[in-house]
Amino acid sequence: MSGLKVIKKALLTSLWFVFLTFPIMVIKVDPVERIIRWRWQNSLYVALGTFCVYLLAQFILQRKIKKLESQTEQDSLPKESVIHRILANPKQRNLLIVALSAVILAFPLFSSSYQTNVMITALMYVVLGLGLNIVVGMAGLLDLGYVAFYAVGAYSYALLNHHFQLGFWAVLPIGGGLAALFGILLGFPVLRLRGDYLAIVTLGFGEIIRLILENWSEFSKGPSGISNISRPGLFGIELSLDSAIIYLYYLMILFVIVTIFIVNRLQDSRLGRAWIALREDEIACQAMGIDKRKTKLVAFSLGAFWAGIIGVVFAAKTTFVNPASFTFLESAIILSIVVLGGMGSIVGVIFGAMILILLPEYLRALSEYRMLAFGAILVAMMVFRPQGLISNIRRTYRFEKTHSLNVK
Amino acid sequence: MNSPILKISGLTMDFGGIRALNRLELDVNAGEIVALIGPNGAGKTTFFNCLTGIYKPTAGEIMLTPPGSSKSISLKGLKPNHVTEKGLARTFQNIRLFSQMTVLENVMIGRHCRTKAFILGAIFRNAATRKEEKQIVESSAAILEKVGLADQANEFAKNLSYGAQRRLEIARALATEPFLLLLDEPAAGMNPQETHELDRLIREISKDGQSILLIEHDMKLVMSLSDRIFVMDYGKKIAQGKPSEIRANPAVIKAYLGEDVDA
Repeated sequence: MSGLKVIKKALLTSLWFVFLTFPIMVIKVDPVERIIRWRWQNSLYVALGTFCVYLLAQFILQRKIKKLESQTEQDSLPKESVIHRILANPKQRNLLIVALSAVILAFPLFSSSYQTNVMITALMYVVLGLGLNIVVGMAGLLDLGYVAFYAVGAYSYALLNHHFQLGFWAVLPIGGGLAALFGILLGFPVLRLRGDYLAIVTLGFGEIIRLILENWSEFSKGPSGISNISRPGLFGIELSLDSAIIYLYYLMILFVIVTIFIVNRLQDSRLGRAWIALREDEIACQAMGIDKRKTKLVAFSLGAFWAGIIGVVFAAKTTFVNPASFTFLESAIILSIVVLGGMGSIVGVIFGAMILILLPEYLRALSEYRMLAFGAILVAMMVFRPQGLISNIRRTYRFEKTHSLNVK
Repeated sequence: MNSPILKISGLTMDFGGIRALNRLELDVNAGEIVALIGPNGAGKTTFFNCLTGIYKPTAGEIMLTPPGSSKSISLKGLKPNHVTEKGLARTFQNIRLFSQMTVLENVMIGRHCRTKAFILGAIFRNAATRKEEKQIVESSAAILEKVGLADQANEFAKNLSYGAQRRLEIARALATEPFLLLLDEPAAGMNPQETHELDRLIREISKDGQSILLIEHDMKLVMSLSDRIFVMDYGKKIAQGKPSEIRANPAVIKAYLGEDVDA
């Protein structure tokens, strides 16, 4: 496109935007003075802003097209991202790991407990994202009701603590186990479903759990929730609020590391291969002797297990649970973490969780435009990197003629 | 010595009001190459789908007798993965490879039903699991060597040429250690050179003692390869016999070329 044409198009677009945003940006009804204020200067800002953004977007697109054209056929594989290049180099990787772990370990020491709390939430979503990644990213089963398992974990701790005074560490495996059981329970009816149908059923399942918690007051105390849940204990030592937060932070770091380790190993196993095969082609997968039923159920229950564990942590962190914390929006956020980060990619999910949880927190400076900016960033992300922030470059099995196993 | 390893009697498959298979009788002996031919829509692929558990036949019996064993197993109503476990593996007419996986990994998937490692094995990666993984890779590589794909083991399956993808499907099926291999139009879309290589490959597999049942439209390949041929039309068997007999069979000629109006 020639320069003049682009500018003409940009002008038209900005005019269109001025027209579209006219009611909200220009007209303001003042109910006190009972007059309408016409803020004409706002339409000028909108026009200018749209004009610039349009030109910038065109510029980036043009560059992308040029780059694509200049690429030879050989480069059809996804380009390795910066992260992958760093990870591939052992020296750089070790440096990165040391630097990162230093920052992570020292984080609560130089930041306020509010910051630490935000970071704990982000870490919780990292684990949730990794758990859902097993179901969605690896096994290819679109699960929109993931939050149900999170709720099962949280309520199992809340109820067991309320009625039987069971501690955090005792309930942790119970919560995980119960969630896994619910995963299998959900898995059975949806074994035959795929794609959209599976998404709808899992969405329904998530709502069922929430509605039960909301309406079965004798069991769950209904919408008013359960309060005064005890925080995690440290060998019976009473912790102050601040140190309890720091303790929880290190606990979450531990959980994240264990989760990454296990998910990583699962991905490279016979089971992980079966999941990927199941995602690619169900019929061929069965014809190769893979038990579809078992493989799917294991994916569901393992994914649910992590949600249950984090549910217990959530209840312990907030010391209060009610059904409002487990709405569909939560499932959507966790799913966005997986998709935004890059389906199936562990590093991607970590980045995705950090961005999706931390960004809205730190965008508070933009006050009421916070969610608008957040949405715009998400849309831009999906336009420019549809494969996610860090696309999954799977470790593949390599076989050299020397008859030795090389996992790259 | 020539005992049937697969015996099918009265196999019938209805889709609503349409009878896709009509009391089909067929048998495959140990070490034989049997071809199944017929015009398009005769029900050949339906037959394969019934055999491998993708469809559940309406009536009839499918009996499998593993070589060296006197006990027969009924395959009717089994799930596809159990059929594969019993020793029946297949390829697909429209290639169904795992395109996002490498060639080697595709074959490794075939080893799934002959290996055991599960969640705990995957997480703790104990000695038994490591040994099993090593064996999976080694035996998969050996199979790739056999079908001539060893050089492309690390390529993604989707990047292979058409003929190579067909051969990979065969390799993947072989990895499940079947004693009866079902090939659904293995030569479809191949050029003469590739067909020739396929012919050699099938002979080699047969020489290893595997029985083969194949559906094929390439008559040259069918006539040169098979020990016996079954001909199907409209879900029924219309002829069976040696290639030379089939070539001269009037019913077969009628099914393929239509009836002479003057006769």
